[in-house]
Amino acid sequence: MSVHTNSPELKDKSVYGVVAEFQKPEDLVAAGRTIHHHHGYKKLDALTPFPIHGIDDAIGVPRSILGYIVFGCGLFGLLNAIFMVWYTNGYDYPLVIGGKPVFAWEFSIPPMFELTVLFSAFGALIGMLALNGLPRFYHPVFASTGIECATDDRYLLVVEASDAKFDIEETPKLLSELGAVRTEVVAK
Amino acid sequence: MADLAIRDPHVSPVLVEGNPSLHEVTTDVAQIVEGINRKVPKEWYMALALTGGLTMILFAMLGYLVFTGIGVWGNNQPVGWAWDITNFVFWIGIGHAGTLISAILFLFRQKWRTSINRFAEAMTLFAVACALIYPLFHTGRPWRAAYWLLPLPNTHLSVWPNFRSPLVWDVFAVSTYATVSALFWYVGLIPDLATMRDRAKGLAQKIYGALSLGWRGSARHWRNYEMAYLILAGVSTPLVLSVHSVVSFDFATSVLPGWHTTIFPPYFVAGAIFSGFAMVVTLMVIARWAFQLQHLVTLKHLENMNKIMLATGTIVGYAYATEFFIAWYSGNPYERFTFINRAFGPYSWAYWTMISCNVISPQFFWFKKLRTSIPFMFILSIFVNIGMWFERFVIIATSLHRDFLPSSWGYFVPTYVDMLTFLGTFGLFLTLFLFFVRFLPMIAVSEVKGMMANEAMHSAVHGTAHGPDIHAPAPVSEPVSGGLHK
Repeated sequence: MSVHTNSPELKDKSVYGVVAEFQKPEDLVAAGRTIHHHHGYKKLDALTPFPIHGIDDAIGVPRSILGYIVFGCGLFGLLNAIFMVWYTNGYDYPLVIGGKPVFAWEFSIPPMFELTVLFSAFGALIGMLALNGLPRFYHPVFASTGIECATDDRYLLVVEASDAKFDIEETPKLLSELGAVRTEVVAK
Repeated sequence: MADLAIRDPHVSPVLVEGNPSLHEVTTDVAQIVEGINRKVPKEWYMALALTGGLTMILFAMLGYLVFTGIGVWGNNQPVGWAWDITNFVFWIGIGHAGTLISAILFLFRQKWRTSINRFAEAMTLFAVACALIYPLFHTGRPWRAAYWLLPLPNTHLSVWPNFRSPLVWDVFAVSTYATVSALFWYVGLIPDLATMRDRAKGLAQKIYGALSLGWRGSARHWRNYEMAYLILAGVSTPLVLSVHSVVSFDFATSVLPGWHTTIFPPYFVAGAIFSGFAMVVTLMVIARWAFQLQHLVTLKHLENMNKIMLATGTIVGYAYATEFFIAWYSGNPYERFTFINRAFGPYSWAYWTMISCNVISPQFFWFKKLRTSIPFMFILSIFVNIGMWFERFVIIATSLHRDFLPSSWGYFVPTYVDMLTFLGTFGLFLTLFLFFVRFLPMIAVSEVKGMMANEAMHSAVHGTAHGPDIHAPAPVSEPVSGGLHK
């Protein structure tokens, strides 16, 4: 594998990957599917201004596990609420008010429900960020030309250099054949 | 352009008018924040001066209350709860439309929500902020309120909040609602903040960059993001129904005729959605005109909101009728008296204002001509806002003012502090709104573009028509090559 001719300073090890620009989401999905399922590339990513349906399947992104995290958080919130009501009203300082029992599940339902929802919502936000590795203010793809279009109306396919199939000459060529209007090698 | 007439039946052409490209949608929304030619219109400053002035009145009134005591309000025996809780319920109710649009319509896959959800969610947050002022300040000593409202270990009281009380449930419901609404709003904003970051320069780029947390729009991001959004919509849906149910428990669990009814939770929730949609229409009619967004927030969006107002307004009217029927059918003389007194007693003016605004006025929306007329819907939405404030006032004041003993009867009159505080909350609400439209994209750009692209892709796949070319202009940043970045 040789260093790209245009850039004597860019050594193989300092290459992050190739960014290829597509003009339509369906072109991106088609190219992603071909390069993943047909050519066997695995370290792929797509940068798009909105979620594209079918891209996960096309480039082999597994289903999100966020649901399990949120379920755990919600359960934790529920148990917290039960403990809070029981400890404060039923155990630490019981007061008889209106002849009602000092602890019962019926009147604990509103706090139980609300804390389940509250903890689930925090779990959804923080879990989503954690799974995405955010906040992360620097990433190699931010250095590529035209990256700002990826949050506007362009669709970028990224092939990482760490992929076993990656070749600094062949990969951009292949992407162009698959319909990319522009390809670019980005440094780490 | 003749082929545009025949489009896929799944595609609703009126949701985005004029076939803008995706880039134009981004620009149209982002330019409001960036300012045309990077200049803020002077009307914005004029509006801010007005609403900021009203906010100062609010702060002055709250300061006066804190230094003097809650006797500055008109609350007294027998009307111990008056404008403070009326305004609290009013503002909380307004917020409900935002959550309904962002969560419930999302679960029902209503595509028309995408243009209005950001705006309505912002309204939720600001309305809840206004609402929270009342429970906080009615304690008289808001800096100690945390010990009374939340189970914090303390030496002031030595006892814990009483979880058998619906007022404590209310604290949990409303604070959870405020927090979850803020989180949901922020999650929705992240991709659009990244768009703002990529268009901005200098300090603005750094601020939007920090707020967007380094969002790249990666497929791996979106997969977790969509799941987070779905989960937040899923938990917000029962949450929004629970919040006004719990608010209604404040009344329904008492033994007071006029309050002690089992229909309160659904009745309050329907009323909340009704009033919230009215407020969205009021503000949206102004905003889409002021910021030239008629092609993104179309007549179809407004008409759909008016239909929801018609439906929920009719539910509210039905609830009023049910209350009267049950009062008669129960055979309870106190219950009967309360309702007859409500309609024909000293507060009958308030009752009939409520009926005219809430029951009669939305019925005009049966006519398509009226529900698609912008001036008509604007006026009617204001009527509904007024009517829904009166609903809460009628429920609260008329049930209290004629106590069980005629010797304890009274008539509540608000003081100037009551009135100026309420006026001031409108100032706060609108000030926050002005900051929102000035600094954040008020339409969920990524969602609108996603909807447009999906519809274009859909019509391409089914071959029914050539959808509009949403990917039209915008030059390629570099010629086709395998070249390196500069």
